[in-house]
Amino acid sequence: MTSRSDIAIEFIHVDYAVDENRSLLSDLNLSIYRHETLILLGRSGSGKTTTLKLINRLLSPTRGVVRVENKSTLEWDAILLRRSIGYAVQEVGLFPHYTVEQNVALIPRAERWDKRRIANRVREVLSLVGLPYEDFAQRYPHQLSGGQRQRVGLARALAANPPILLMDEPFGALDAVSRAEVQREFSSLRKRLGTTTVFVTHDVSEALLLGDRIAVIEEHQCVGVYSPDEFLASPDPRIRAYREISRDSGPTSEEQK
Amino acid sequence: MTFLDFLLKHRVEVTMLTMEHLRLVLWSMSIALLIGVPLGIILARFAKLRAIVLGANSVIQTVPSLALFGLLLPVPWLGARADRLTITALALYALLPIVRNTLTGVTGVEPAILEVAHGMGLTNRQVLWHVELPLAAPVILGGVRVAAVITIGVATIAAAIGAGGLGEFIFRGLAMVDNNVILAGAIPAALMALLADGAIGLVQRLVQRPRR
Repeated sequence: MTSRSDIAIEFIHVDYAVDENRSLLSDLNLSIYRHETLILLGRSGSGKTTTLKLINRLLSPTRGVVRVENKSTLEWDAILLRRSIGYAVQEVGLFPHYTVEQNVALIPRAERWDKRRIANRVREVLSLVGLPYEDFAQRYPHQLSGGQRQRVGLARALAANPPILLMDEPFGALDAVSRAEVQREFSSLRKRLGTTTVFVTHDVSEALLLGDRIAVIEEHQCVGVYSPDEFLASPDPRIRAYREISRDSGPTSEEQK
Repeated sequence: MTFLDFLLKHRVEVTMLTMEHLRLVLWSMSIALLIGVPLGIILARFAKLRAIVLGANSVIQTVPSLALFGLLLPVPWLGARADRLTITALALYALLPIVRNTLTGVTGVEPAILEVAHGMGLTNRQVLWHVELPLAAPVILGGVRVAAVITIGVATIAAAIGAGGLGEFIFRGLAMVDNNVILAGAIPAALMALLADGAIGLVQRLVQRPRR
């Protein structure tokens, strides 16, 4: 059904430990297919972010292999690997001393694209995330709303046209309304782009909305990978617990508004 | 004779000594910057060197300026000319605030921002130029500001070993017990310090502006 060449990222028996007593990830086996959006769902401190950082080699596995495009991350040149992977994180991601345009153009500049190509690409990705170039290019991050900052973060991650995109709770700091708005846009965007995306979140409804598959990470281990339908139907008590949390928190957050 | 009369009469000499003073300050500041900023960056990377380098630097700072001139006198190439000697001593004094503030500024950059910068695929050098130095710039400039004011003040002592500058008036005035002569050296030096402080402060605010 799926051959090796359909796999973009693969974790094979991966451990990551800070030292002998503190393991952050143990025996992770996970295949991420080309063009899919895989959600890493779990509580804070469960190992989701660690998993993400193993992909762009901000961390190296203490045991096992992480393969990106059929090559161990340790065999990749770290800079080359990272430039072929877009990286968007919560809140602090943008450089405060650079304008929107400078932030977005950073990697294309580092890659020495010619000026015209960079200018075109900045326009293109900004319009892709719904920010008109004329209105936003010259602003600084502190002159943007939270939702706009997240969009710039996404535009910057997409700028060099990477085949893989890593997102670490990118919408985590937003209020409920802008969050829903950005989620909707991202959902349609990812279908158009076809980028392989690994998306970290602790929000069950976000996982169900955006994911093709959901990998549940608990206590530094992956307890299973589910399609949204399987996730909703799973009899596993651990998965049921997630569904109940999301059902309970749904109405209360409505009331708060 | 009033002070203003004295200034008018000696305006050529005042201007000349002011320029001489400025030259000593600019040279020593340039050298201190060229050594201090890279040294601060190195210390930010290698924590083990910090105690030694900052300690040695503080020791220099505690040596009185006249004594430091004297100590450098026997050094071959340096001791040969008073201005070389002065510039070296002044640069040594200016070093500590520049090194210390560069270290503080660079190590003070939020770790999360650095991680994103590396995660995007910037090289170490690009992270330094695009992220660490711009974000540390206001703190580094704070050190430069302190160093400039110290240097302008201490440079007046240079006249004692014949390096010229506005200290000439001060020492001459002390010998002649003539306040006008002392003030002709002290006031331009004070003005220069105030101007430097204000100008660097302005640059500091400019680099700080587009931030949260």
